[in-house]
Amino acid sequence: MSKRFTTLMLTLAVLTAAVAGSTFAQEDCDFAGEVYIGVIAPLTGDIPKVGQDTVEAAEMVVDEVNAECGLQIDDENYEVVILIEDNEAKAESSVAVATRLIVEEEVLAIIGPQASKQAVPTGQVANDRETPMISPWSTNPDTTFNRPWVFRAAFLDPFQGPVVAGFVQDEFGAETAAVLYDVASDYPKGLAENFRDAAIANGMDVVAFESFTTGDTDFSSQLTNIIAENPDVIFTPQYYNEVPLIVQQARELGYEGPIVGSDSWGTADLLELCGDACEGLFFSTHYAPDIATEVGQTFIQAYEERYGYKPSDVAALTYDAFNILFKAIEDANSLERADVRDALAQIELFEGVTGLMSFDEQGDPIKCAVIIQIKDGAFTYYDSACPAGFPPEDAG
Amino acid sequence: MDLSFFFQQLINALQLGSLYALIALGYSMVYGVLLLINFAHGDIFMVGAFLGVTGSMVLDLPFVPTLILAMILAGLLGVTIERVAYKPLRQASRLSVVITALGVGLLLENGMLALTGANPRRYPDDFVVTDSTPFGLSFGSVSVTNVKILVIALALVLFLGLYTIVQRTKWGMAMRAISYDKFAVPLMGVSQNQIISLTFLLGTGLAAAGGILWGVAFPVLNPYMGMRIGWKAFIAAVVGGIGDIRGAMVGGLLLGFIEIFVVAYGKDFGVSSTWRDPIAFGLLLIILVVRPTGLFGVARRQKV
Repeated sequence: MSKRFTTLMLTLAVLTAAVAGSTFAQEDCDFAGEVYIGVIAPLTGDIPKVGQDTVEAAEMVVDEVNAECGLQIDDENYEVVILIEDNEAKAESSVAVATRLIVEEEVLAIIGPQASKQAVPTGQVANDRETPMISPWSTNPDTTFNRPWVFRAAFLDPFQGPVVAGFVQDEFGAETAAVLYDVASDYPKGLAENFRDAAIANGMDVVAFESFTTGDTDFSSQLTNIIAENPDVIFTPQYYNEVPLIVQQARELGYEGPIVGSDSWGTADLLELCGDACEGLFFSTHYAPDIATEVGQTFIQAYEERYGYKPSDVAALTYDAFNILFKAIEDANSLERADVRDALAQIELFEGVTGLMSFDEQGDPIKCAVIIQIKDGAFTYYDSACPAGFPPEDAG
Repeated sequence: MDLSFFFQQLINALQLGSLYALIALGYSMVYGVLLLINFAHGDIFMVGAFLGVTGSMVLDLPFVPTLILAMILAGLLGVTIERVAYKPLRQASRLSVVITALGVGLLLENGMLALTGANPRRYPDDFVVTDSTPFGLSFGSVSVTNVKILVIALALVLFLGLYTIVQRTKWGMAMRAISYDKFAVPLMGVSQNQIISLTFLLGTGLAAAGGILWGVAFPVLNPYMGMRIGWKAFIAAVVGGIGDIRGAMVGGLLLGFIEIFVVAYGKDFGVSSTWRDPIAFGLLLIILVVRPTGLFGVARRQKV
C-alpha cells in the first residue's frame, strides 16, 4: 500500500515536473537525485479549504524550484519531490501520517501540519524522531516550545493576542470585551487566553469568557450570556466554518457591536459562507494581498495566474515555509536531517512573501502582523502591528 | 433584564430541542417496530440537509417545495436502505444489524463526501427571510427570529401529525401492534414488510425535515454533520424512552433545555460553559439511573 502510494506520488511528481519542464524549458537540468519532503494538510475534515490552499502553494513552489533545476547540493542538482498526506484535521491522524512519512518514506523534512490542534502533537513526533518540521500556519507556542527540530513560519499567539487587544482599544475605544472560543482546540483556546490576559493588562474588562466544543453549531446560549453583559467588542478566534454561525447568531440575538477575529478567519470560503453578515468586520493575520512587497506581489500574481484567485495566508505561509526549508538545505549543503536542522536554526533574516522575519532560539519567527477588514466582500488591508524594535533598521 | 434573559434562553432551548426531537423521532419509531438502533439515521439527516441544498441551489425551488421534496426523497432512501441492508438480516442477531447500520452510515457520509467534496455548503440567502422582528412583532430585547418560530412550529406540527398517524389511523395501529408482538400481527393479515417500510418512510422523512431546518438555523453544512448530531438525538431518544414517540419529543426538548440552561445559569454556580457537556450528559445519566427505560419507556418482558 505504502509502496504503491509512493510510486503513485512519484509518477505524479515526475509528470508535473515534465509538464513544468516543457513550460520552463529545463531539459538541460541533470538531476543527481531526489529530495523527499513530506506535506501534512487537512484535505478532508472541518477545514478542507486550508488543505487545498496548502497543496496548491506546495505544488507551485516545488514546480518553481524544479524549473530552476531543483536544489544545489555539492554542485549537483537535486529534484524536489513532495509526498502529500491528509490528516483529516485530526490530531491522531496527523501523528500517524507524520510517523509514516518519517519512518517509511524517509522524508528529509516535513512541512505542516497547519492548525495547532494537529501541529502541537505532530511536533512531538518530529522532534522525537529528529526530523526537521516547519508548520506554516500554527501560532500556538507549544508547537515549537523546547523542540529544537520544530520550526514555523507564522507569528505566535502571545504576540497576536496583544495585537488584537491593542487594536480594539485604539479602533473602538473598547473598555469591555467578551470572548467566545472552542475549548477543545489548541489554537482558539491558547489565543483566547492570550487575548484575555493582554486585554486585562491594558486595563480592559473581560466581561464574559465563554466556550463551546469542536463541532458545535448552536452558540445561542453562550452569545445570550455575552450580550447580557453588554460588551464593547466580541473576540472569537475561530475557523471559517464556525465564524459565519457565530456572527449570524450574535446579530440575530440583537448584538450590534464589532466582532473581531484572528488569522484563522483568513480563508476565502469565509466570505462565501458568511456573506453580508461579516461585512466590515476586522481580524488580525499574517499578510494582506493588497500591500505585499515585491516578493509578495510576484508570488500573488503567479498564484492568481495558476489558480484563478488570490492566495490565502495559509498558501502564503506554506510558500514561505518551503522557501525557508530550501534555503536551509542549500545552506547546509547536505541531505542529512541534522545538518538541515542546524542550518534552519542559523537563518537570521528571511524575506518571505509574508514579509521580513527573523527567528528566535525556539525556532519562532519575529515578524509583523496586519489587521484586515472585510470590505465589499474581500479581505482588505487596514493596519499593521510590529513587535518592538522590528524590523531592524539595517534590514533594507 | 433577568426575565428577558430567561425568555431568550428559553427560545434558544426550544429551537435546539425541537431539532434534536425531530431527529430522535426517527430513532424511536424504528426501534419501536424493529428493535433496531438505526445508527445510519444521523447520516440520513445529513443527506436530507444536502437534498435541501440540491432543491434550493440547483433546482432553485422555494422553501416549502424543497422541504417536501427532500422529505419524500429521504423517505424513499430510508425505505431502500431497509430493503437492501436490514431486511436480509431480519432473522440475524441484533448485533449484526446494528453493525450493518453503522456501515450504512459510513457509506452515506463518505459517499456524500465523494459526491460534494468536503467544503461546507449553505442555503441561498433568500431561502428563509431571517428578520429579527418576525411578522412585524417586537418582543422587547428578546430575539425571536422567523427561523426560530419556523423551527419550533414546524417541529410541533410534524410531531402532532406523526402522533395522529400512529394513534388514529389503521396504519398507526398496525405499527403499534407490530411493536407489541411481531409474530402475532402478521397472522392477523397485516403485512409486516409494508408496515416496516412505512415506519422508515416516516422516520427518515422527519430526519430530512430536521436536516433542512438545521441548515436554515445553522447554515454551514458538511458531510460529517450527521454523526455528532445523530448521537445526540439518539441519546435524547433513549432518555425519552426509545420506542415511544412522545418520549423522543420530550427527550429532544429536554436535551436542548439542559444544554442551553447549563450554559445560561451554570456561571451563577461558578461553572463555566466549558462544563456544559459533562454536566448535561451527567444529568441525563442520572435520569437513566432512576428510570432505566427512559421517561416514557415501558420495560419489555423477555419471553423465554
